[in-house]
Amino acid sequence: MPEAGILLDLYRRMVLARRFDVQVTALTRQGRLATYPSGLGQEACEIAAAAALADDDWLFPTYRDSIALLARGVKAVEILSFFRGDWHSGFDPKQRRIAPQSTPLATQALHAVGFATASKMRHESVATLAFLGDGATSEGEAHEAFNFAAVWQAPTVFVVQNNGYAISVPFSKQSRARTLADKAIGYGMPGHFVDGNDVAAMYAVITDALDRARNGGGPTLIEGLTYRMEAHTNSDDPSRYRGDEEVERWRVLDPIARIESYLIREGALTEKLRAEIADAAEQLAAETRDAMNESPHLDPLELFDHVYATPRAALAEQRDYLATELESSEARHLS
Amino acid sequence: MTIAHDTNVTAAVAQAPASVTLAGALNSALADAMSEDDSVVVFGEDVGPLGGVFRVTDGLSARFGDDRVWDSPLAEAGIVGTAIGMAMNGMRPVIEMQFDAFSYPAFQQITSHLAKMRNRTKGALELPVVVRIPYAGGIGGVEHHSDSSEAYWTHTPGLTVVTPSNPSDAYWMLRQAISSNDPVIFLEPKSRYWMKDAVDHSTPAAPLDRARVIRTGTDVTLLAYGPTVKTAMDAAALAELEDLSIEVIDLRTLSPFDDETVGGSVRKTTRAAVIHEAAQFGGYGAEVAARVTERNFFHLAAPILRIAGFDVPFPSPKLEEYFLPTAERVLAALDTWEW
Repeated sequence: MPEAGILLDLYRRMVLARRFDVQVTALTRQGRLATYPSGLGQEACEIAAAAALADDDWLFPTYRDSIALLARGVKAVEILSFFRGDWHSGFDPKQRRIAPQSTPLATQALHAVGFATASKMRHESVATLAFLGDGATSEGEAHEAFNFAAVWQAPTVFVVQNNGYAISVPFSKQSRARTLADKAIGYGMPGHFVDGNDVAAMYAVITDALDRARNGGGPTLIEGLTYRMEAHTNSDDPSRYRGDEEVERWRVLDPIARIESYLIREGALTEKLRAEIADAAEQLAAETRDAMNESPHLDPLELFDHVYATPRAALAEQRDYLATELESSEARHLS
Repeated sequence: MTIAHDTNVTAAVAQAPASVTLAGALNSALADAMSEDDSVVVFGEDVGPLGGVFRVTDGLSARFGDDRVWDSPLAEAGIVGTAIGMAMNGMRPVIEMQFDAFSYPAFQQITSHLAKMRNRTKGALELPVVVRIPYAGGIGGVEHHSDSSEAYWTHTPGLTVVTPSNPSDAYWMLRQAISSNDPVIFLEPKSRYWMKDAVDHSTPAAPLDRARVIRTGTDVTLLAYGPTVKTAMDAAALAELEDLSIEVIDLRTLSPFDDETVGGSVRKTTRAAVIHEAAQFGGYGAEVAARVTERNFFHLAAPILRIAGFDVPFPSPKLEEYFLPTAERVLAALDTWEW
C-alpha cells in the first residue's frame, strides 16, 4: 500500500480530473468543443499512471486520456485546443514528455516501444508508458508492440484500461481471453490483472513495472479492469447498447468514492482538506470555462508552416494563394 | 529468377575501377552515414547477418555491431512504428521494407503518423526516418514482389518520396535522405540493383529535391524515374536513328516535384511523355501530366502522354514482359501524336 501522502495526492488529482471531465463534457454539450472522449470512471488508472511516471519518463496516451495529461501538468487549454478543433495537438510534447494523443488505435504503443528502445540504447534510465483500451488490444499493432517490446526488452509499460466497451461493442465480443493480462504470457513478459478502480493498487503495480523497466527488466503488460461511465463521446448514445443497471453496478465501485472513504477512515482526509480539494476542483472548472470562452487566434496560413522541415516551393505557392484569398475576402467584408 | 541485366552499361564501365553496383552504392551510403553519425541505426527483416535479401546491408552488422544494425521481428507496422518512436527520441533510423507490397501492413504508421507527426506537433517532433523500399518489377518476382506503390506515398502530404536510377544517385540520395529532418520514402528500383557505374564520392550530383536532365534533346521530353530511366534512354537512342531528338529527365524526386527543371525542358521541346511501371489509372503519371499541362499549356504542341503499366494487377513472372513499358512502346506512343 502506498503511503498516505501519496494516496492523498492521488485522491486530489482524481477529484480535479473528475471535475475537469464533467466540465468539459458540459462544454461539449454546449457546442464549445467538437468532441470529447470522457475518462469519467477511469480516474484510478489515469491518475495512477500519470503519478507513477518519473519526470524523464514519457507517456504515450490515446484520445481518452486527457485527464492523465492534466495530472502530468498540461494546461487545460492546451489539452482542449485539440478537442475544440484548433489544431491536432495543442501542447509541446517535449516540455511535458507526453506524445500527442493518438487517435488511431494501438499505433502509439509502437512509438512507446521505439522511444524506450532508443533510451535503452543510450543507457538512459527512462521508461515509457503506453495507454491502450480493451478494443485496441484486438488491433494487430497492439500485438506487434507487445512482441517488439518483449523481444527487445524495451523499458515500456503497457497499461490496458479495460473499460468494458469499444464505443458500443462489449468486451465479450472483443476477446475470448480470460483476462487481457493473460496475453502477456505469450509474449514472454509479466502480466498483471488489476482492479482498475483501485487507485492504490494501480499505482503500486505501475510503479513497480516502471522501476523494473528502468532497471533493465523489460516490459510489463497491465490490465486495469474499469468502466467507462460516460458515452464514448458526446455523439454516442449508450442507451442503445447497455442498460442503466449495469452502469449503476459500476457506480457503486466508483474509484474516487473508494479511496475517499479509505482516507477518511484512516484519518488522512479531514473535512477541511476535502473542502479545500473541492474548492480547487471548482477553481479548475472555472478556469477551464474561462479558457473555452476565449476565442482562439487561428492563423489559416499556419497550415503550411509545419508540414516539412525542408521548405517546398509548391507549398509556398499555395500559401500565397490562400493569403491572397484571405486578403480579398477581408476587402469584401470592409466594402 | 530472371535478372534484367543491363549489358550496355555494364560493358561500358567494366574497366572503371570505382565502378559499383547500385546495391553496393547504397551499402556504402549506409556505412558512411553510420560512421559519421552515431544516431543512424538500421533495422528490418533480414538486414543483419544476412545483409538483406538484396544484400544492401551486407557487412554492416559485423562492422557496426548488432546494436546499430539488427534483425527486427517480422512485422512491417512494428518496424515503422518503432522507428517513429526512436526518431522522436533523437535517432535517425533507416529501415527496410523487404519488398514493395510488404510495406502495406505499415501503411497506417506511414500515412497517419510518419507523415503527420511534424505538422501535428507544429514542428516539435520531427521524424528523420528513411523507409527503404525495393520496388517495381523486371526481376521475375512472384506476386507481391514487383509493385510500384509510389502514388500511395506521393499522395500523402508530409512525405518526401525519391527514387534513384543509378549508383551515383543511389549513394548521394540516400546520404541526403538520411540527413533530411523529414521522413523520406526511398524507393529502390530492384531491377537496377545490379547495374554498375562509377560513383563520385566527393560531391553530390544534385540536391535531393531536384530532377536532372540526363540527355539533352530538342523534340520531346521523356520524364522517367527509377527503373524507367533506362527505358527512356533506350527509347531516346532508338529515336535518334529516326532523327527524333529526345531529352530525358530523371525525375529523382517524386515529392516534391521539380516544376522548374521539367517546365524548362517542356517549354523547349513542347512535347512530353511520362513513363512508369505502375498502373496508369490514378498513377503518378496522371499528376505529372496534369501538373505540367496546367503550368505549360500554351507552350505545348500536344497532350502529355503516359506510358505506364496496364490497369491490371502486376502479372506473374512469365507475363511481366507484356506489362512493363518498353522503349518500343514509348516510341509507338510518341507516334500517336500529330507531328
